Amino acid sequence: MKDHAELAEIFNKDEQRVDWHDETLWWIRAKRDIAVHKLPEWEELREAASQIKVNVLSNLSQYLKQFEKNAQANGIVVHWAKDAGEHNRIVHLLLKEQGIDKMVKSKSMLTEECHLNEYLKAQGINVIDSDLGERIVQLAEEMPSHIVLPCIHKKKEEIGELFHQHLGTPAGNADPQFLTETARQHLRDTFLTRRAALTGVNFAIAETGEFVVCTNEGNADMGAHLSDIHIASMGIEKLIPERKHLGIFLRLLTRSATGQPITTYSSHFKKPREGQQMHIILVDNGRSVQLGREDFRNSLKCIRCGACMNTCPVYRRSGGHSYHYAISGPIGSILAPNLDMEKYADLPFASTLCGSCSNVCPVKIDIHDQLYKWRQVLVQKGYSPKTKTASMKAMAWVLESPGRYRAAGKAARVTMKLAPFAVNNKLNPWYKHRDMPAVPKQSFNEWYQTNRKDKI
Amino acid sequence: MFSSRDEILAAVERNQPSFTELPDITAFKGDSNKSVDRFTEILSAIGGKVIPVKSIDEIRNHVAKNMQQGGRNITTVPLLGDIMEHVYRKDSNPHSLQDVDNAVIEAHFGVAENGAVWVTEEILMLRVLPFICQHLAVIVNANDIVPTMHEAYERIGNTNYDFGTFIAGPSKTADIEQSLVLGAHGPRSMTIFLMS
Repeated sequence: MKDHAELAEIFNKDEQRVDWHDETLWWIRAKRDIAVHKLPEWEELREAASQIKVNVLSNLSQYLKQFEKNAQANGIVVHWAKDAGEHNRIVHLLLKEQGIDKMVKSKSMLTEECHLNEYLKAQGINVIDSDLGERIVQLAEEMPSHIVLPCIHKKKEEIGELFHQHLGTPAGNADPQFLTETARQHLRDTFLTRRAALTGVNFAIAETGEFVVCTNEGNADMGAHLSDIHIASMGIEKLIPERKHLGIFLRLLTRSATGQPITTYSSHFKKPREGQQMHIILVDNGRSVQLGREDFRNSLKCIRCGACMNTCPVYRRSGGHSYHYAISGPIGSILAPNLDMEKYADLPFASTLCGSCSNVCPVKIDIHDQLYKWRQVLVQKGYSPKTKTASMKAMAWVLESPGRYRAAGKAARVTMKLAPFAVNNKLNPWYKHRDMPAVPKQSFNEWYQTNRKDKI
Repeated sequence: MFSSRDEILAAVERNQPSFTELPDITAFKGDSNKSVDRFTEILSAIGGKVIPVKSIDEIRNHVAKNMQQGGRNITTVPLLGDIMEHVYRKDSNPHSLQDVDNAVIEAHFGVAENGAVWVTEEILMLRVLPFICQHLAVIVNANDIVPTMHEAYERIGNTNYDFGTFIAGPSKTADIEQSLVLGAHGPRSMTIFLMS
């Protein structure tokens, strides 16, 4: 399997596309800044959100029990899933019980994490993603490359071609207005004919047993309110204690994500509609383990706004798919190794540690510190990338002994002088985008020996 | 044998850090001056349209002039029930609304900082109503515009609703190259009748 650097190299082959991707995401970051600067209390809001989330993590077991009790009293059926497999089996069973083989789904990063679509497909269940960006990547048989903007890596001409192939639009038409209208017509029929709808959850409230789903398109509501059975999937960390805390989080979420003051729809589902079944699946899938990792538990405060991705210089220039995990970018890079250290050992290294992610995070997660700390853990456990491990070991061997250090320095200077091609070649990752620095004639030690030693 | 529920709860309990108090958020308040102006400004910026009115008759005139061209126009507002199809039953089939062109509803209140209005199932009758119609119009009292989401939740308090939603403008998407398109899956337009 290819690691982040190798996948980023593929993305980087098309320089114009990289520039376009970089600028688009930076533009979204700039919109975020404009929205944020309009609120003088922004920093206080971040601090309050952070403290609320810290409280949630410190009392999560109680809040989960409280939520379960209140949701059940509201008529919602509560399920618990230890891992992705159990989550997927619960969804399948609920559909099977009703004899349903077609489902409409709104955006849920959790179901991406659990690979629900693939699982259901293997069971003969047809799933249609209703968020426009998700539908586009689904037609392209790709993963979303961004948690808020699933097809941000795609050019409109490519989307036009996909629609031409799958939805019968005229070849060569890449007008966003026209393509969106086509998707609207195509998905309206889906909403009207699906008996089952699955949605994600942005926030669940322990105090009232209700959950909140935010969309701009209205797709979650169209699916849920027309279905006989509504299934909502949520990670256990999505709980907040009280309804009034939504005031803090809904002010932060979209301003951080896209610079909007709020999503078009912030829907509060408290009870099933008359005659409808409503289910909620509380999913652990490694979250309780991450909760026990003192250095990394703060990653569970995340509200999935995507601000850390939009601002990240590595994400913007390497693309979401180079992270080979459902949640890309800086936050994904601290969540993924918790699930599989070996598979995702490369991700904490896909960062310059510039700290921009931590600065824009609306719940004050110390993202770049955690990236740094994951590197220590991964190296200690022997999961660091192989080339890096070999070169680090060689460097340690050289630095261990003054003699070896002097000899190595001398060898490097002679090589650069007599045989620069030995260093300036494709095997040296440093040389790829920059020239090696000019080498001095002598080392400091040699200079000191000739110029200073006798004069003391 | 332990259930997944018990296993998850036990793992969470074992791994959660020591208890930390919730912060006091009562100090968060917006400026109630010029709430109506801000509401109008923000809603216009996100693609909505605000029409100031002084009486229900003005709304009736607007409906007569703009909405009755052979389309299906519905309302949940009793005072408009004689000029539009009146939806007053909660137990109708939500699919029956699939061909609605215009819908007029009331909102409990609006929020100045983001142009959102708060509606609940009692107002909507059918939850799908404000999503499935092609064009949505909402009546809000100008005295019922609160400055921020903090006042909004203070106002909602512990009220009991089965379903409630904040709606801010027409449905939209920018998923194709960040080009904003109004009318994704929900209404293509949103009009607010701001009653003074």
